[in-house]
Amino acid sequence: MTQSKPFVRWLAMSLIVGTAALSAAPASAQSTLETVKKRGKILCGVAPVSPGFSFADDKGARKGFDVDVCRAVSAAIFGDSEKVEYVPLNTNVRFQAVQSGEVDILSRQNTWSFSRDTSLGLDFGPVVFYDGQGLMVPTKLNVKSASELADAAICLLPGTTTLQNLEDYFRPKNIKYEAVVFENSDEWRNAFFSGRCDAITSDRSDLASVRAIANDPDQYVVLPETISKEPLAPTVRQGDTNWRDIVSWTVYALIAAEEKGITQANVDAHLKSEDPEIQRLLGASGDFGKMLGLDNNWSYNAIKAVGNYSELFERNLGPKTRLGLSRGPNTLWTEGGLLYSPPFR
Amino acid sequence: MTTATDIAEAQLKRPAERRPDSGRGLLHRTFKPLIGTPVNAAVTLACLWVLWLGIKGTYGWLIARAVTEGGPEACKVGQGACWPFFEAKLRFMIFGVYPYEEHWRVLLVMVLFLGAIGITMIPRFWTKGLLYLWGSVIIATAVLISGGVFGLRHVPTTQWSGLPLSFLLSAVGLALGFPLGVVLALARASQLPAIRVLAVIFIEVIRGVPLISILFMASVMLPLFMPSGITVDKLLRAQIAIVIFAAAYIAEAVRGGLQAIPRGQYEAANAMGLHYWQAMRLIVLPQALKVSIPPLVNISIGFFQDTTLVTIIGLLDFLTTVRTAMQDPAWVGIAVMEGYIFAAVVYLVLSYGMGAYSRFLERRLRLGYD
Repeated sequence: MTQSKPFVRWLAMSLIVGTAALSAAPASAQSTLETVKKRGKILCGVAPVSPGFSFADDKGARKGFDVDVCRAVSAAIFGDSEKVEYVPLNTNVRFQAVQSGEVDILSRQNTWSFSRDTSLGLDFGPVVFYDGQGLMVPTKLNVKSASELADAAICLLPGTTTLQNLEDYFRPKNIKYEAVVFENSDEWRNAFFSGRCDAITSDRSDLASVRAIANDPDQYVVLPETISKEPLAPTVRQGDTNWRDIVSWTVYALIAAEEKGITQANVDAHLKSEDPEIQRLLGASGDFGKMLGLDNNWSYNAIKAVGNYSELFERNLGPKTRLGLSRGPNTLWTEGGLLYSPPFR
Repeated sequence: MTTATDIAEAQLKRPAERRPDSGRGLLHRTFKPLIGTPVNAAVTLACLWVLWLGIKGTYGWLIARAVTEGGPEACKVGQGACWPFFEAKLRFMIFGVYPYEEHWRVLLVMVLFLGAIGITMIPRFWTKGLLYLWGSVIIATAVLISGGVFGLRHVPTTQWSGLPLSFLLSAVGLALGFPLGVVLALARASQLPAIRVLAVIFIEVIRGVPLISILFMASVMLPLFMPSGITVDKLLRAQIAIVIFAAAYIAEAVRGGLQAIPRGQYEAANAMGLHYWQAMRLIVLPQALKVSIPPLVNISIGFFQDTTLVTIIGLLDFLTTVRTAMQDPAWVGIAVMEGYIFAAVVYLVLSYGMGAYSRFLERRLRLGYD
């Protein structure tokens, strides 16, 4: 989900890589946690608008899946999920904002990749959403697989890697296609609905929401192929392992809570649980919060504030919302999915 | 080859060939060009038909077929304009993510601003008092929007958004860019080579680079040069970029005005014993700025619309908040037309207002070539 000129992106990238190389590990006098506590709030970089992940409600309050991740971290640190200042960031400035300290966490559908992790001075937390690029076609074309899309006009948004993934997928198969790039997601969607494009490509979560918006969703079908891996993970500055631990374990706490059946509603009852791992997780026994530099009820506060992973998903993206996403690979490992929290012990 | 005499003759002849039907009535003068000949009549009819289609379509969409009740689902089925969208999103589209309970502060600022602009527009009030008025309006604006004093809640700049942000960026950009631009224009017209060259380099470099690049530099490069831990507010960076950009364009408009002033005026000022600044302030600039009004208004309108570019660095200007409202999962894909038309109408009304004021100002200052 990006809307930027390739040149601008290139410029941003080269600048970021250049300065990251020059200033190798920016020695910060203060740890991020201290800075955040002194400031009294977290600076959280989010997408200006991305349905389901980060958007503003009628009253201008930020909502969404990515937003809830920051709220959970805020609850873990301050015991209050509202101690967050949201900084809207576009794709072309997002990583630089992390490096320069403009934001403490970047939670805006960032794909975790090798080059970003190693050369941009960034660290990635756990994957909060497993996505992948897919293709969607009108049902009436009777296309069953991406390999039948020879000579098709495929419409896409100028995403950071969308076109490259398409090229990587079709070139080895020797399939010719015509890529039509749209600058604006409204135009892009309407071009598809009006038949200008034979197919559209984007992340599967995105395609599902486009399909949900259509007048008759049954007229469109998402093809089975996933042509890229897009693990979306919150991003922090490199070099502050304690801060990274806080972000990572807050996310893991939400996943572990789902695994243990702890919800926003019943978390209080679970404080008296006999299960030793639940006791450690919720701070009823052990000193896990202290080890992170937080209060021992850190994860209790996070779960109390935003709910467990499944509640986050259902509230922002799930079938009851207009986006209507199914969990797909984003289910617990015990149910055949990819979500797996390391043990709390 | 056409000589000057030929042109002069032709100009003399023309009125004689095409003398208006001065003796006839108003009806005749109005309708003769419209239906005087069969071709004219056909063109008029075709235009009327297109106009009728436009009115019929607009009426049907905006009123007859409009969805006035219900929520997103009703609008998705309906064929007309979606009024519930405005009901739900109007405040968000105008004020953006500024805290909902604090909207009155921004509203008050806008009322103060419009009031001050209204007073400024009336030439009768052009006295020193205006400076005090604007001074207090600016202080009140800063206090009200930012808060943190007098028991007002502090609102960080990341939450300043919507129409007030567009106003702020363009108003401050032009207000600070104007004096800077005048100084640059004078420097460019200066007799001192060093100053002239510096001004030329500054103006040409800024004008040679798109605004979007300058914004991008201000937002991406600047923080990387700062010591770690120190961040300059993003809004401030964008604002400085816009001021610098506006100054370069205003300088060129003012330079055009300076060139339109006959040499004799400069010489007369010198002959009266006025030194450089006096001559500029009392003789040259008042005339030059008057001539520059049309291009300056052009620049103002352009800049008001150019502020939409700040969306690329993640600031939520008016157009962005409208688009954000359209992308709320509950409404996404439903109210696309409504959102863009609303934005277009707001920009049109405000830009037209600026244009109308400039025409008033021109008349008032008896500027014209008639």
